[in-house]
Amino acid sequence: MSTQIEKQETETEEQESEPAVESPGEKRREQKRQRQAEREAQRETEEATLDDEETVTLKVFRYDPEVEGKQEPRFDDFRVPFHKGMTVLDALIYARDRYDSSLTFRHSCRQAVCGSDALFVNGRQRLGCKTQLSDLDGPVRIEPLPHQEVVKDLVVDMEHFYEQMHAVEPYFDADEVPEGDLEEQRQSRENREKVKMSTRCIWCGACMSSCNIAAGDNEYLGPAAINKAYRFAMDEREGENRKQERLRIIEQEHGVWRCQTQFSCTEVCPKDIPLTEHIQELKRESVKNNLKFW
Amino acid sequence: MYEHDVIVVGAGGAGLRAAIAAHEEGADVALVTKLHPVRSHTGAAEGGINAALQEGDSWDLHAYDTMKGSDYLGDAPAIDTFAKDAPEEVIQLEHWGMPFSREEDGRVSQRPFGGLSYPRTTYAGAETGHHLLHTMYEQAVKRGIEVYDEWYVTNVAVTDHDDPEKRECHGCVAYDIKSGKIEGFRANGGVILATGGLGQAFDHTTNAVANTGDGCAIAYRAGAPMEDMEMIQFHPTTLPSTGVLISEGVRGEGGILYNDNEERLMYEYGYANNDGELASRDVVARAELTEVNAGRGIDDEYVHLDMRHLGEERIIDRLENILHLAEDFEGVDGLDEPMPVKPGQHYAMGGVECDENGETCIDGLYAAGETACVSLHGANRLGGNALPELLVFGARAGYHAAGRDMKTAEIQTGPSAESEAGDVEPPVEPGAIDRGSEDVAADGAAVEPTSVIENTVARERERIETLLERDGINHAEVRADVQETMTDNVNVFRQEEGLKTALRDIREARKEYQNVAVSDPSRTYNTDLIHTIETRNLLDVAEAITLGALAREEFRGAHWRAEFQERRDEEWIKHTMLAWEDGTPRLYYKPVILEGDEETYEPKERSY
Ligand SMILES: Cc1cc2nc3c(=O)[nH]c(=O)nc-3n(C[C@H](O)[C@H](O)[C@H](O)COP(=O)(O)OP(=O)(O)OC[C@H]3O[C@@H](n4cnc5c(N)ncnc54)[C@H](O)[C@@H]3O)c2cc1C
Ligand code: SF4
Ligand code: FES
Repeated sequence: MSTQIEKQETETEEQESEPAVESPGEKRREQKRQRQAEREAQRETEEATLDDEETVTLKVFRYDPEVEGKQEPRFDDFRVPFHKGMTVLDALIYARDRYDSSLTFRHSCRQAVCGSDALFVNGRQRLGCKTQLSDLDGPVRIEPLPHQEVVKDLVVDMEHFYEQMHAVEPYFDADEVPEGDLEEQRQSRENREKVKMSTRCIWCGACMSSCNIAAGDNEYLGPAAINKAYRFAMDEREGENRKQERLRIIEQEHGVWRCQTQFSCTEVCPKDIPLTEHIQELKRESVKNNLKFW
Repeated sequence: MYEHDVIVVGAGGAGLRAAIAAHEEGADVALVTKLHPVRSHTGAAEGGINAALQEGDSWDLHAYDTMKGSDYLGDAPAIDTFAKDAPEEVIQLEHWGMPFSREEDGRVSQRPFGGLSYPRTTYAGAETGHHLLHTMYEQAVKRGIEVYDEWYVTNVAVTDHDDPEKRECHGCVAYDIKSGKIEGFRANGGVILATGGLGQAFDHTTNAVANTGDGCAIAYRAGAPMEDMEMIQFHPTTLPSTGVLISEGVRGEGGILYNDNEERLMYEYGYANNDGELASRDVVARAELTEVNAGRGIDDEYVHLDMRHLGEERIIDRLENILHLAEDFEGVDGLDEPMPVKPGQHYAMGGVECDENGETCIDGLYAAGETACVSLHGANRLGGNALPELLVFGARAGYHAAGRDMKTAEIQTGPSAESEAGDVEPPVEPGAIDRGSEDVAADGAAVEPTSVIENTVARERERIETLLERDGINHAEVRADVQETMTDNVNVFRQEEGLKTALRDIREARKEYQNVAVSDPSRTYNTDLIHTIETRNLLDVAEAITLGALAREEFRGAHWRAEFQERRDEEWIKHTMLAWEDGTPRLYYKPVILEGDEETYEPKERSY
């Protein structure tokens, strides 16, 4: 049994031994406490009788620069009852709500669209909410994304990632927009298909974290930002002038040419964006473009 | 203290649109948001955005559908403005590069959606919200709009006149999640609350974990009433295990609902003979639960949604995202099998009372998006109407806060807009909690903005200090109690007794909340602290939902009552309002405006 569960037992005992106070509010609270203790006890017997197949052990990275005893990075074990369909995120939430409310991680949508819970799970970048525990070998090791500064526990500093995204001027900027307020810019279905995958990025940072080049070269734009540049450079509505400028941005020293086609970004992207392909295509575009100029 | 002309709280669709509008108007605007903008829940919207774009369609048809969909609880001035502005807003998104799905001729595609008389839902695959959110964030980046991301707003700084309508909002207080630093934000023009939904009041919801009704609760305690809070939309097609949404687009494209006898329930059991699966959401949600309760549900819990007959090509072209969701969260291959679905909390039609320009009865305090209730959706929101709402009314709030001269609002706000007093005695006295933070901020005549803000900051510091320093219980238990009772008692089907039980449980949870404490002592990224404050907000919104549901003794739109099986127009074409009076909700009513720009809407029966 994990240390967290043991700790809880002692806490419950302490609560029970408190003297009861008379006011109605206190009384109700006391009743509630008892109910809580009962529930707790029941849960623990349930947990104690679970065999290994019905629980999962999480080994979770812990670190807090501010709190004594947590300044030295370490791993905590949490034993969590398993049910079919349970994700890594569900297990983390369980551990936080039942065992240790200071366990810290980002999450919000629980449906793989907000990009906030990219984690390093069993040695690979994944979205916690999209990863089924049943697909993983236990104990499940959960760490913050590598190559990013850890703020606390599983939370990493995303500033650098955002800066790289912003560096490619990530916004639509057409040479010409139709005059009328109700007049659309036509876009062919083929062109939409071409950019479709690139528009799916949820800024989770998994690709950047998996990239060896990005790890060694802090200025490298990285796969997500280059994909963002691709998204606009390939959009026929922006026009030729803007495309030239976009190519110039990604051709710079720390741009597309750094990519050594290792495919790690493509492998981890939870949105299946063919990142490496997009980077290669931009390399080709930029060669074509330069030939044209010379 | 930070200072800007306009402070927008929340950076989802509504917040971003408001910020861009304020910026266009020349204001110095900042976004303060607890999540980085691209993490906002607008990104989860799947189905689409309604706007009358094509010949053959028109704004007044859209307005009519919206009014009818609202079951005549929407306000005509809001609905007309909405339907008129929507097309331009949608095309503007297109001009900003949003990757809409396209027709052969390169124009944006439109598809049918529930309750619409014309296929006017524009979309980008089945991930419309993702594209809308990212497109707008990109435009905010382009304009260099300042973003305070991962800053949690705990309160607004409002002067303390007794009469809420004399109050002024000068700014807000937020703390930097990364460092724990608590700061005041002064807004010379206005504060716009765009904090999204409140789905976390229920335990089966399509909403994100961050959707905790913060803006509603903050505005309410500052004195802006909440309107029609009982009107909660339950979406008929959510995945049973997680609440993840299966877009209405599936039914729009021709998806079929089956019960356990493999009957096409919407037709065969006569729930909606004309529109079948495309009837309004409330109708379909009730139909499904009726089937389940009658023993015709699958595993006694859900029904099946089948899209296999649409063919692989069409599914991948228009609903690809649905395949991923069904696979990832339910282990079902939508190309090969039907998907399990059941109703889940989805959307709050009610919210902070505001007018067509987004302003509440408190000067300088605005609300937009799902947090707000201009009264567009009334008793039932049509699918695809929330995204254009946040465009239209987000923009208007932004312009107005930045000082643009706007047409005088026709929708009155504040207790003075009241028509009659409420007659429901809450069965239990709704106890107030941590009083320190719920008073408004300045003393008597002290209306100097800086001191109002400083006072609020001091109070919020104290509240947070206390939470961090004292010992007590974990908020998670309180939150779970509220979510459970709401799901058990204030769901699709509602009964007086259940509602009273819920009120009692909420009251109990309030008591409990007085003992919560944050056990993580850290100032760095303290999520325990955030969740604890959010839980307090959830208590206020849950109570408002339940009180509203108890007060409204009729059956209208999403609000079904066992004891009252009819829409009672003579008595109930009115909004339920709740005002915060020293911790006790005061219930009153306000008339619905049925008089529109061109015509007055005549309540008609909704038949499908
Ligand atoms: C799964 C799903 C699918 C949907 N599909 C559709 C659809 O197809 N069509 C349609 O029209 N509508 C749809 N809706 C409804 C629509 O998406 C939402 O109503 C809308 O996106 C809400 O936008 P918002 O800007 O009001 O809030 P959100 O996008 O939720 O943004 C809220 C913002 O407020 C911030 N915030 C919250 N609290 C605080 C605080 N205390 N301090 C600081 N910041 C705070 C958050 O960080 C966030 O940035 C869907 C909703 C869901 C849940
Ligand atoms: S490209 Fe993929 S892995 Fe990289 S940030 Fe975007 S979604 Fe995440
Ligand atoms: S919680 Fe949003 S991507 Fe996982």
